[in-house]
Amino acid sequence: MTGASGFSVSGYGPQRSVWARLFARDSLARRLDWPILLSAIALSVIGAALVYSATRNRTELNQGDPYYFLVRHLLNTGIGFALMIATVWLGHRTLRGAVPILYGISVVLIILVLTPLGATINGSHAWIKLPGGFSLQPSEFVKITIILGMGMLLAARVDAGDKPYPDHRTVLQALGLATVPILIVLLMPDLGSVMVMVIIVLGVLLASGASNRWVLGLMGTGAAGAIAVWQLGVLDEYQINRFAAFANPELDPAGVGYNTNQARIAIGSGGLFGTGLGNGSQTTGQFVPEQQTDFVFTVAGEELGFLGAGLILLLLGLILWRACRIARETTELYGTIVAAGIIAWFAFQSFENVGMTLGIMPVAGLPLPFVSYGGSSMFAVWVAVGLLQSIRVQRPMSA
Amino acid sequence: MTNIPETGRTPRVQIRLVIIQILVFSLLATLGGRLWYLQIREGDAYAKEASGNHVQQVVSPAVRGSILDARGVPIADNETRLVVSASRTDLLKMKDDGEAVLTKLADVLGLKPKDVMDKVRLCDSKTPQPCWNGSPYQPIPITDEATAKQALQIRERSEDFPGITAEPQAVRRYASPGDANTAQVLGYLSPVTDEEIKEAEKSESPYLRSDMVGRSGLERRYDQQLRGKAGVTRYEVDNLGRVMGEAKSDPAQPGANLVTSIDARVQRVAEYELQKAMKEARKEFDDNTGENYKADSGAVVVMESKTGRIVSMASNPSYDPNAWVGGISGKDYARLTGKKSNYPLLNRAIQGQSAPGSVFKVIPTAAAIKAGYSFDGPYQCSSSYNIGSQVFKNFESKGYGPISLGRALEVSCDTVFYRLSHEEWKRDGGNKPKKNANDWFYKTAHQFGLGKETGIDLPNEVTGRVPDRQWKQDYWKANKDSWCKTGKKSGDYAERIAYENCLEGNRLRAGDSVNYSIGQGDTLVTPIQMATIYSAISNGGTMYDPTVGKAIVSADGKSVQEIAPKPHGKLPMSKQALGEIDEALEGVATRGTAAWRFADVGWPQDKIPMHAKTGTAEVYGKQTTSWFTTYTNEYTVVMTISQGGTGSGASGPAVRNIYDALYGVSDDGKINKKKALLPQPQKSLPKIQPDGSIDAPKIGKYVPQEEATQESQQAATGDDPAATVPSPNTGNNRDTRRRADRSRKRRRTTE
Repeated sequence: MTGASGFSVSGYGPQRSVWARLFARDSLARRLDWPILLSAIALSVIGAALVYSATRNRTELNQGDPYYFLVRHLLNTGIGFALMIATVWLGHRTLRGAVPILYGISVVLIILVLTPLGATINGSHAWIKLPGGFSLQPSEFVKITIILGMGMLLAARVDAGDKPYPDHRTVLQALGLATVPILIVLLMPDLGSVMVMVIIVLGVLLASGASNRWVLGLMGTGAAGAIAVWQLGVLDEYQINRFAAFANPELDPAGVGYNTNQARIAIGSGGLFGTGLGNGSQTTGQFVPEQQTDFVFTVAGEELGFLGAGLILLLLGLILWRACRIARETTELYGTIVAAGIIAWFAFQSFENVGMTLGIMPVAGLPLPFVSYGGSSMFAVWVAVGLLQSIRVQRPMSA
Repeated sequence: MTNIPETGRTPRVQIRLVIIQILVFSLLATLGGRLWYLQIREGDAYAKEASGNHVQQVVSPAVRGSILDARGVPIADNETRLVVSASRTDLLKMKDDGEAVLTKLADVLGLKPKDVMDKVRLCDSKTPQPCWNGSPYQPIPITDEATAKQALQIRERSEDFPGITAEPQAVRRYASPGDANTAQVLGYLSPVTDEEIKEAEKSESPYLRSDMVGRSGLERRYDQQLRGKAGVTRYEVDNLGRVMGEAKSDPAQPGANLVTSIDARVQRVAEYELQKAMKEARKEFDDNTGENYKADSGAVVVMESKTGRIVSMASNPSYDPNAWVGGISGKDYARLTGKKSNYPLLNRAIQGQSAPGSVFKVIPTAAAIKAGYSFDGPYQCSSSYNIGSQVFKNFESKGYGPISLGRALEVSCDTVFYRLSHEEWKRDGGNKPKKNANDWFYKTAHQFGLGKETGIDLPNEVTGRVPDRQWKQDYWKANKDSWCKTGKKSGDYAERIAYENCLEGNRLRAGDSVNYSIGQGDTLVTPIQMATIYSAISNGGTMYDPTVGKAIVSADGKSVQEIAPKPHGKLPMSKQALGEIDEALEGVATRGTAAWRFADVGWPQDKIPMHAKTGTAEVYGKQTTSWFTTYTNEYTVVMTISQGGTGSGASGPAVRNIYDALYGVSDDGKINKKKALLPQPQKSLPKIQPDGSIDAPKIGKYVPQEEATQESQQAATGDDPAATVPSPNTGNNRDTRRRADRSRKRRRTTE
């Protein structure tokens, strides 16, 4: 506030200083959800440190620059932060109007992945190579469009006051909207993203107040779909192996079970306090593959110990708790649905990611929100934070 | 919450939101619980696993210790050779399993491609040697005799030879100092097997994949001491095995040296003389079989009488132990293990057993004294002894009249012992044995250490056999089925024997006791057992565990662990009886069956009292076995030649020559101390310097006395180090003795 007083002393008329305006009673800053924002920033910064620790020795990846990934992670965070601000500025309601365009763009992008423009990274054909060494994972943005699109359809008549719950036709439309991109992503095949999207759809349907039959029906379809995917041989061998290794952790610890085995060793060896950042032998020795992205939690487990890894879970929990509050407190069903979709997304993706490193979930290529290295994911989760903030900011202040 | 009505929110959505929240937090709680389980509860176990993960061991093998003779002359040591090896794992990666590379390699090495390929195949039950019985992940040596040029060719064109390496390595060398190869005593090495690695995993001295393990002889018995301890350096590595730092390192500890009591010079004499005696025997005509003696195998043991230490031990047929070094070739292996070569790997001094014949007679003599018979007798030495219709003849059907037991030993009178043994058999109940039979003759044999190992520090010693009641019973049980099947009452000889055995093979019959009394029948002994017994007679009655190893000296010479002589029993005789037998055995050398090898041909009996016993054992279906047991105060020499003829006839000259070499005796009976190889057993241990070098005397070649004359000229010019060579015999008394020999060749001595 010293800055604020400085401005007023300089005497620029009756106009209140920027700071003063920012913290005015009904100001934007006052209405922002700070726990979510600070937790997201904290997770991103912790992520930067973990990514740095995991990659400083990996000369084959970092092109000789130990700070390569650190800098990029922070850059991604910065861009994500800007995207969040843009989202808040535009507002989730404005974006509702843009759903057709956003939906169109993201579907085109995921179709592009299936064309020769697409690239395979770690067995997952889910990327588009961009010039300058960048790559884009459009399925991350599809998650957002599915949330916004379904929210738009499902909430429209309820928010208009026509009906207490979305009717069957609306639900069918919404499901159709989600199914198209999900099927395309399944073809990639990016199974992890498909799982997240199905959970998002489930969360959205739950929050929309749609009939129980729809919710249960979707669960049944999800299960049937899983069996069908297994039986029809859509899965690649590496995906089958991941499940096999999950079902039997002792299976081939040097082969298909290597990742999970080494991940568990890394986390388990951390103990209460961890080995200290940069001192983990599993991390320094690069025994865990994909440690800066999907397995970044193992760095936390080994080097920061139970306290550090627990802090990450706590911060994620804080975000989810606040998001639940936002979902409950907003007056529009649209906002509730969007928040619930984001909750389902963050919660499941975090659970799957951390769970696979702990050996309680099968391995799937999913990043840990804010912490894992990766631009597309980072941008998407920050946009989601922007959406949550927007829902909170734009609700009428309860007196 | 409270604003539900205000926002018009339906309760269904609110409830569902609460459900979502509960679900979300139970997921997070699950993660937290699992995290606690892994990090706090199981944290220590994972920390241990992580530390094992990132540490790699690099093993540097220890240099195997040398085996030295009593004066420090290495009989087994190491040399650096260029070893060409092939990595199986690399070869198998190639399309043709490396055939092209191996063919090219064979060309460079001047070997047949097939031989090279045979060497790299893995051994299994169906694959004959040569094959690789070590780990398939370990480089397999193709040859250790690559020349520098060949090694260069392979190294410079390494792209033409993927998976092939040519590197200098320390390999075992059996130096054969002075041509003493000592093969069976030394044993040999071969690569460690997977099973052995597994077995020794938890022991104090685990094996390395590249280890060579002693398979027989001293190499096996003292393997642990000779092997040393491999050095292990632990490196911290990353997942690709790149070294990040050194964690801990234990330098290799070279194996200790084994000092033996073997004297390489005496060993050479023994080997040479054994070989020569067998050659000579093959020139002799055997009247019984109507062909020359086969002399198919033989053994000689020279033992220190007062300690049981082995000064030399030779077994024939023999082989070159270097054949094993660097992997044995198929041809060599077939030759070493084939029937045709008569199994040269066997150490017949401890693994050859045969009926002892008359050298056994000291045992029935002692038994008779124990049973209460007086030494002086007199006992009737008739030309034959009858039991019912069976006639047991004295050797060459000669009679000596009434004589003492001592004289019976001297002239080797069989009938005296027949009678005593038969009488004892009758006293024990004859065909209806008493429950508590005395069995003096059998009990005494056991007390002499027969029927069990002497405990020599060499592996796989055999026990021999005392054919007592228990053995008869066991043997009959094991064989009666086949006997009863083949036996016929009126068939050929073998069938009749089988028939008889089927009926009463479990019983000790009168004939058995008679045959047994002169070391015939089913009695079996080994040369080392005889040496142990006769050296006990020499030293006043103490039977020692024979030892080859004398001390284990660390590589730097600082730690010396002596292997002290260990007695395992006393001869079951009073001092007086022992003295009487000793006197009788001296009589054998001075006026008895061995006199023509010693006293009659210039042995200095007054200076070096010689004792001897001859034996000619009959073996059914074979020619007679020659046995010769002798001792002085210092040494005991036992020699045997299978199908070699008589004791003193076949083995006599060789044993005499060994004594001549030991004491420096020339044929005229003069003792030349300078020529003596070892008039007193070697007491002191060789010195090993801190740098590992050994102070060993030079060793020359053994020049047999016959050849000495021809070579005396060369010797005079100083080609040979005179001190270590039995000097040429200038006062040539040899002819006289030879003539004496020749004149006695047809004379069949009573044995």
